Amino acid sequence: MSDLVVATSGLTRRFGEKTAVDNLDLEIRTGQIYGFLGPNGCGKTTTMRMLTGLLTPSSGSISVLGHPMPDYAEPLKHEIGYMTQIFSYYRDMTVLENLRFAAEIYGMPRKTTKDRIDELLGTYDLTENANQLTGSMSGGQRQKLALAATVMHRPKLLFLDEPTSAVDPETRRAFWEQLFDLVDQGATMIVSTHFMDEAERCHRLAILEHGVKKADGTPRQLMTDLNAAVVEVEGDGLRQVKRALDETGKTLSTAQVGARLRVLVEKSEADPVAMLQSLLQGFPGLSLSVQRPNLEDVFVSATKGALS
Amino acid sequence: MISPRRITAVLKKELLQLRRDRMTFGMVVMIPLIQLLLFGYAINTNLRHVPVGLVDHANTELSQTLVQIVQATQVVTVKEVFLTPEDAEQAITEATIRAALIIPPDVDSRLARSPAVGLGLPDATDQTSSRPVAHWIVDGSDTMVASAIKSLRTMPLTELLRLPPNRQVPTFEVTLYFNPEQRSAVNIVPGLVGVILTMTMILFTSSAIVRERERGNMEMLINTPIKSVELMIGKIIPYIFLGLIQVAIILGLGHVLFSVPIHGGLGTLLVVTLLFIIASLSLGLVISTLAQNQLQAMQMTIFVLLPSILMSGFMFPFDGMPKPVQVIAQVLPATHFMDMIRGVVLRDASLYALRSDILWMVGFAVVGLLAATLRFKKRLG
Ligand SMILES: Nc1ncnc2c1ncn2[C@@H]1O[C@H](COP(=O)(O)OP(=O)(O)O)[C@@H](O)[C@H]1O
Ligand SMILES: [Mg+2]
Repeated sequence: MSDLVVATSGLTRRFGEKTAVDNLDLEIRTGQIYGFLGPNGCGKTTTMRMLTGLLTPSSGSISVLGHPMPDYAEPLKHEIGYMTQIFSYYRDMTVLENLRFAAEIYGMPRKTTKDRIDELLGTYDLTENANQLTGSMSGGQRQKLALAATVMHRPKLLFLDEPTSAVDPETRRAFWEQLFDLVDQGATMIVSTHFMDEAERCHRLAILEHGVKKADGTPRQLMTDLNAAVVEVEGDGLRQVKRALDETGKTLSTAQVGARLRVLVEKSEADPVAMLQSLLQGFPGLSLSVQRPNLEDVFVSATKGALS
Repeated sequence: MISPRRITAVLKKELLQLRRDRMTFGMVVMIPLIQLLLFGYAINTNLRHVPVGLVDHANTELSQTLVQIVQATQVVTVKEVFLTPEDAEQAITEATIRAALIIPPDVDSRLARSPAVGLGLPDATDQTSSRPVAHWIVDGSDTMVASAIKSLRTMPLTELLRLPPNRQVPTFEVTLYFNPEQRSAVNIVPGLVGVILTMTMILFTSSAIVRERERGNMEMLINTPIKSVELMIGKIIPYIFLGLIQVAIILGLGHVLFSVPIHGGLGTLLVVTLLFIIASLSLGLVISTLAQNQLQAMQMTIFVLLPSILMSGFMFPFDGMPKPVQVIAQVLPATHFMDMIRGVVLRDASLYALRSDILWMVGFAVVGLLAATLRFKKRLG
């Protein structure tokens, strides 16, 4: 058997006139954290719902853990964990009550339930909140509870839909450490995000825009394969510089980052710095330098259609 | 297969949530309490002390005695005295009084010849003596008020002349079983059990599934191995107990406050109410799978509740309803329950005597649960 955990071909989902997911081909291998990167409304949640059997595709095929979806949705519930984008455990119940509910619903043996819950409370730093009502906890604590409940039955395949959107950076770091621990224990994960730093932690990424996959690969590969050069411009009057460059139409994108302007230029351009300098003759005193592409550059050029 | 563990999980979860939902919990107790007091004390089908006016053109000793006798029936109370019938009419239009008694100037002579006074039957051709003694003008828009006054039409007036009452031999002898004193509470209180259970049981469960959807819990639930049946069963069991608490409140207080007898055995009572509770809950679950949000669930509940109050025989006798209405009413669990609960509580009816109602109720509950289970999809689309 191959190590393919999820494979889709031509996966499409329409809502009326609107195509939320468009002809998506995915191959996700075991032991990976696979990221869906894209802005709101690009189809991340819809894709996850189809992969977990909650939504029926309009066309295309899905295989999850070697079984066709959504036909095998029910038997696969024991193998899959899904942490929804919006907190979906009970706010009017305590942490402990929610975890017990999850354990019982997943048919965890009575004898091991208590130990498993204690273990999860410890792992996810919730022991002190055990008897707190979930609705009165912070967003970060709630996400930890959601993760604890989701992994209760030790699923082989985990779907996490924007798990850290409402969480501070410190909590996000800790959260990711826990995700890597789970991968280390043999889980495969599919995580959606619109944060670049989060996407960078994934083993592999798919960049989605309007339901279409624009690029996929490891973050590093995506950055080295970027079909664009990155030039940073420093100096005075950056807003005017940006407007002037945008008007020429010779750059892929310009974005101000603090006191610098990050400019993407077609890779076919032999000397991007010289080209930009010729465009910016009216602005004296600027310093231009070529930079290594980062994931945001990849994302920007991918969604502009300039990827190899 | 169906897992008792998962059913218990849902059941425990519902109980935990219910315990923290003060509002719902309060409703469980307050609705039967308030309704019972309202229906028991406020609603009375035996009308008493209707406010009326008086126009006395005669103003004799006899006319005054006549007014006293009329008031002694307790059906009416004279609130105002007018000089002319026009004034009285005006007061009826303004609804300060509901009717007026107009006594003609020649009331003494009319009385002397009136058959109501009991001096012997007048000759049918005797124009003067077959005239009524006085005249009632009545606001006839409220049929209850109108018939109360109409009941005075042939009241005997023998007392007026201090004659012994001339006993009339009734055409029929009537023996009233089960509620000889004709107290409305005896009929209303058991019926109230049906109305309140319909209201609360359907209301609670109709929002059960919708609430999970609205609060975003549904996406988590359908990602677990839970089966539709398990979810449905787990959701209704806690409400069965709440329903029984309500029944105990209504019948218990009805017994203490309104001396409503409970003739039937408690076992029979339990079977009958359990059946109705389960039928109502399964109807609520069906609504819950149909409604998109809690408002819709509420509207659908009212859609079922209104006919359950009006057509079930709770307010108006079932036998008096037109055939098509009876057919529709027969679909409602409440109609069958009215029959059963009054049967058990007031007449000590046996389960065997109620078998057709029982069969129907069981059928309704099973079909409802099946429909809800089949309609509930573990899919979003
Ligand atoms: N149930 C639905 N009905 C209609 N349109 C939907 C539905 N779910 C999602 N969409 C649309 O599909 C697109 C993708 O949505 P979604 O998958 O939620 O995006 P993301 O999770 O990436 O923010 C959006 O434009 C959204 O409006
Ligand atoms: Mg989403």
